[in-house]
Amino acid sequence: MTRHALPLMITAALLAAGCTTTPPLSAPAAVHSVYPVDQDAAWLDRLSWGASSASLAELRRVGRSAWLDAQLSARAPLTPDLQAQLSTLTISQQNLAALVYAMEAQRKSADALTDDAAKAAAQQAYQQALNKLSREAATRALLLAAYSPNQIQEQLTWFWFNHFNVHQYKHNLRAMVGDYEQGLRVRALGHFRELLGYTAHHPAMLRYLDNEQNAAGHINENYARELLELHTLGVDAGYSQRDVQELARVLTGLGVNLSGTEPKLKPALQTLYVHRGLMEFNPARHDFGDKQLLGLSVRGRGLGELDQVLDLLARHPATARFVSRQLAQAFVADVPPPALVERMVQRWNQTDGDMAEVMRAMIGSPEFDASLGHKFKDPQHFVVSAVRLAYNTKLVLNTGPMVSWLYRLGQAPYNRQTPDGYALDESAWAGPGQLNTRFEIARAIGSGSAGLFRVEGEKVDRPAFPQLANPLYYEGIAPRLAVATQQTLDQAASPQEWATLLLASPEFMLR
Amino acid sequence: MHRRQILQTLAATPLALSSTRLWAADAPASAGTPRFLLVFLRGAYDAANLLVPYSNPFYYEARPNIAVPAPGKAAQAATALDDTWALAPAVATSLGPLWDKGQLSFVPFAGCADTSRSHFETQDRIELGQADGGTRDFRSGFMNRLAAALGGNAKPSRLEAMAFTDQVPLTLRGPLPVANQALRDLGKPGISASQAQAIEHMYADTRFAAMVSGGFEVRDEVTREMAGEMEAASRNAIGTKGFALEARRVARLMRERVTLGFIDVGGWDTHVGQGGASGALAGKLTELSQGLATFADEMGPQWSNTTVVVLSEFGRTFRENGNRGTDHGHGSAYWVLGGGLRGARIAGEQITLAPGTLFQNRDWPVLNDYRALLGGLFARQWGLSTAQLDAVFPGARARDLGLL
Repeated sequence: MTRHALPLMITAALLAAGCTTTPPLSAPAAVHSVYPVDQDAAWLDRLSWGASSASLAELRRVGRSAWLDAQLSARAPLTPDLQAQLSTLTISQQNLAALVYAMEAQRKSADALTDDAAKAAAQQAYQQALNKLSREAATRALLLAAYSPNQIQEQLTWFWFNHFNVHQYKHNLRAMVGDYEQGLRVRALGHFRELLGYTAHHPAMLRYLDNEQNAAGHINENYARELLELHTLGVDAGYSQRDVQELARVLTGLGVNLSGTEPKLKPALQTLYVHRGLMEFNPARHDFGDKQLLGLSVRGRGLGELDQVLDLLARHPATARFVSRQLAQAFVADVPPPALVERMVQRWNQTDGDMAEVMRAMIGSPEFDASLGHKFKDPQHFVVSAVRLAYNTKLVLNTGPMVSWLYRLGQAPYNRQTPDGYALDESAWAGPGQLNTRFEIARAIGSGSAGLFRVEGEKVDRPAFPQLANPLYYEGIAPRLAVATQQTLDQAASPQEWATLLLASPEFMLR
Repeated sequence: MHRRQILQTLAATPLALSSTRLWAADAPASAGTPRFLLVFLRGAYDAANLLVPYSNPFYYEARPNIAVPAPGKAAQAATALDDTWALAPAVATSLGPLWDKGQLSFVPFAGCADTSRSHFETQDRIELGQADGGTRDFRSGFMNRLAAALGGNAKPSRLEAMAFTDQVPLTLRGPLPVANQALRDLGKPGISASQAQAIEHMYADTRFAAMVSGGFEVRDEVTREMAGEMEAASRNAIGTKGFALEARRVARLMRERVTLGFIDVGGWDTHVGQGGASGALAGKLTELSQGLATFADEMGPQWSNTTVVVLSEFGRTFRENGNRGTDHGHGSAYWVLGGGLRGARIAGEQITLAPGTLFQNRDWPVLNDYRALLGGLFARQWGLSTAQLDAVFPGARARDLGLL
C-alpha cells in the first residue's frame, strides 16, 4: 500500500462506520501552548496515562502552565457518564466497615456448615463475592485512569498504592483494596505525612503486613521493617535491627477489628482504647515500656507513640530523598539524575513534603523535558494509553479485557504479592515474552472492540471501533515516528493491521 | 541506511545479542546436556497422604477419617516402599513403575526454616533461596543465579532457561533474561509471520531489537514443537489433558531446547474435606503424577540426563483438623525423579513420628534443608564448584544425598 492510500482508506472506513472527524488541534484560534504539538503530546504521554485527542486539545488550548496548575489541584469534575458508571459499583455504595462486616458474616456462616459439599459451595461463594469486590476496585481504577480529567492524580494514586503496596489475595483484602486505594487517591497530592499516617492506620496495611498479630510479648516485626525499609527511610538509610525492634514495640496493639464487638478492658486501659472503622488499637496488647529509636525517645503511652514516630519518619531527610528518587524513577528515568532528585528534596523540605510541590519541582526541571519519550511504559501505561489513543473520550463498557491483559503482562491491579511493589524500571518489563504479549494485545485492540464494549449478559459488543487515525496521531504522534516505523505503517494491508502495528511500534512502548 | 550507520549497527549487534539472547543460536541443546525441571506445588500439599508412614500407628490415630490404608488392609491401600513408608494408591500406576526402575526417590522432612506458615512468605523464601535473616533481594531468584553460574562455565554453555508460566516466577527473576510461556492454553498467535517481520523491522535499530526477534523465535519454536501434538494425540488411545498435556509440552521443549525449566501447579491448600485413598487430594495427586510419568516418557533418550524436583512451600499438620482436612504445617516431602537417578530410596535425615518428635507437637519437622538438598543435587548434576554453589545458595552448605 502506498503512503497516501492508507489514510484515505481509513477515512472511508470511519465514514462508513458513521464517524465524524474532529477539527485539527492546531487550529490557531484557541491555542495558548507555545510548544510544537508533538512535544505537547510527549509531555502528556509522561504526565498522564497516555495522550488522547481530547487531552491534547485541552493542553493546546490552555497551555502547560494552566494545565499543570489544574492537574496539581485535581479538582476537575468527572464527566456525568463516567460518574454514572462508577456509581453502580457496590464499593461506591457501601463503606468499608459495612462491606467487611457483611463478608465476615458470610464467611462464618459458610465455615459453620457441617456438610462437606455444602460447606465447599458456601466457601466458594464467599471467595467469589470477594473476587467481585476487588474486580470492582480494578474497574474503578482503570476507568479513572482512562477517563479522569485529573490524570496526575490518577498516576500518583497508582504510585502510592505501589509504594505502600498490599496484595489482594491475603486474608480478605479483596474487600479492602478499593477503599484503601480511594483514600490514597484523595491524599495523592497532599503532604507525605498524611499518606503515611493514612496507610499506617488502614486495615488493609495492618493485615497485609501482619501488624494485627503484633502484640507485647509476641512481637511481629513485619510491618515495622517495611515501614522503614520501603515506606520511609529506604534500606540503606543506616537504621539498625534494634530500630526495627523498637518500632515494632511502638506498633504493638495496633490491628483490626472485623466484628464490631469491642473487647472488655480494665477501666485504666479503656480510655486508651481506640476503634475507628475497622482499625483497632487494643491497649491490652500494647507494650507500654519506653522506646528508643533513630535517636528519638518515645515515652510509652499508647497509640500516640506512633504519631510521634511517624512525624519523625515523614520529616527525616532520608525519607525525602528515598521517596523523591522513587517518584523520579516513576516519572523521569530508571536512574534519575541526582541534580533533579536534589531539587525535589529541597522543595520537599521547603513545603514539609507537599507532594504537589515536589511534583512541580520535578516537572519544571530541565532533566524532565530532556527525558520525554525515553521511559519504557510499564504494562498499565501500555494498556491504558492504547485505550485512550483508540477511544479518546468514548467510555469503555467493560474493563474485563484490560484486567486480563494486565494479568497476562504481569501487572494486574493489587496483585503484587510482595511489599516492594511492582518494579519501576525497564528491565523488569522489557522482556521477550512481555513484548510478544504486547504485540498480541496491540492486535486485539487495533483490530476491533476486543470485548471492551460488551455489557454483561449480552453476547456481542455494543458498536464501537478503535479510531487511531485521529488528530492525536496525525499531529502528536506521526511527527515523532522513526523512518522504519513510518515505512512499516505505510505497508499495512488494512486499517486493522495499521492500528495493530502502530500500537506495536517501538515509539508506542515509550513515554 | 548510510554505510557508516550500517557499520555501527553491525558493531553494536553482538553486544546486544549476548546480553539479551534467550536461546543459543545453534539451536538444539546437545544430547548430553543435563536438564533440570522444578515443579512447585503452590498451596502446601499434604505429604503424609502421599508418602504414608504406614507402619506407625500414630499416623492412623492422628488421622481417623483421612488416613490412607496400610498395604494389604483395603482394596485401595498404599504400596509399601520400605518398612516405614508406603506410596498412596492415587499415584501407584504412574509413579510405581518409575520407583521400580530406580528413577524416583522421596526426601521426607524437607523444607525451609521459615516458620511463618504463610504461603507467600515461604514460597518467596524458597524461590529466592537467599540466606535466612537480613534483607531479601526480590530481584534475585536461585534459579536465575543457577542459570548465571552455569552460563559462566568455561565450557561452551548451551543453557536455556524458561518458565512454563504466565509470568516469570520469583525464582527465575534476576539479571539473566529468561523466556516464559504458559503451555496450558496455546492459542494460535494472532500476529502473523509477515506482521512479525514488519514488527522486527520497526525495532531493528532500537535497544529492543534482540528481544523482539528472540521473542518471535521462542514463539515460533513453541508453535513448531506443538504442531505435531494433534497428530501424536490422535494415535494415543487416551488423549491427554490438564497437567499431563502441559507436562508433555514441557517435555517437548526440554527435550529439544530448554535445559532449565520451571512450572507450578496450584490448589493444594486442603483445609477441608481432603479425602484419603480417594477424594480431592488423591485426584490432584493422580493428575500430577500422570503428568510426570508423561513427561518422563516424552523426554525419550534425554530422560537419562534429566532431573525433576517436586516441592511445596511447607507441609501440613500431621493430625487431621475438625474439617477432615489439614492445616498449615512445616516439613514436607520433596520428590526427586530422573532417568539417571540412583533412586528407589527414601533419602535424607529421618525420625520416627511421635507426638514428641513432631515440630511444635503438630507438624513434620524440617531435617533436610531445601538449599542443602538442591545444592547437593546441582553439584552432582553440573559439577558445580563450591564458589558456584555459594553464588546459587549463599551461605548454605550443599549436602549430597547420593541420588545422582
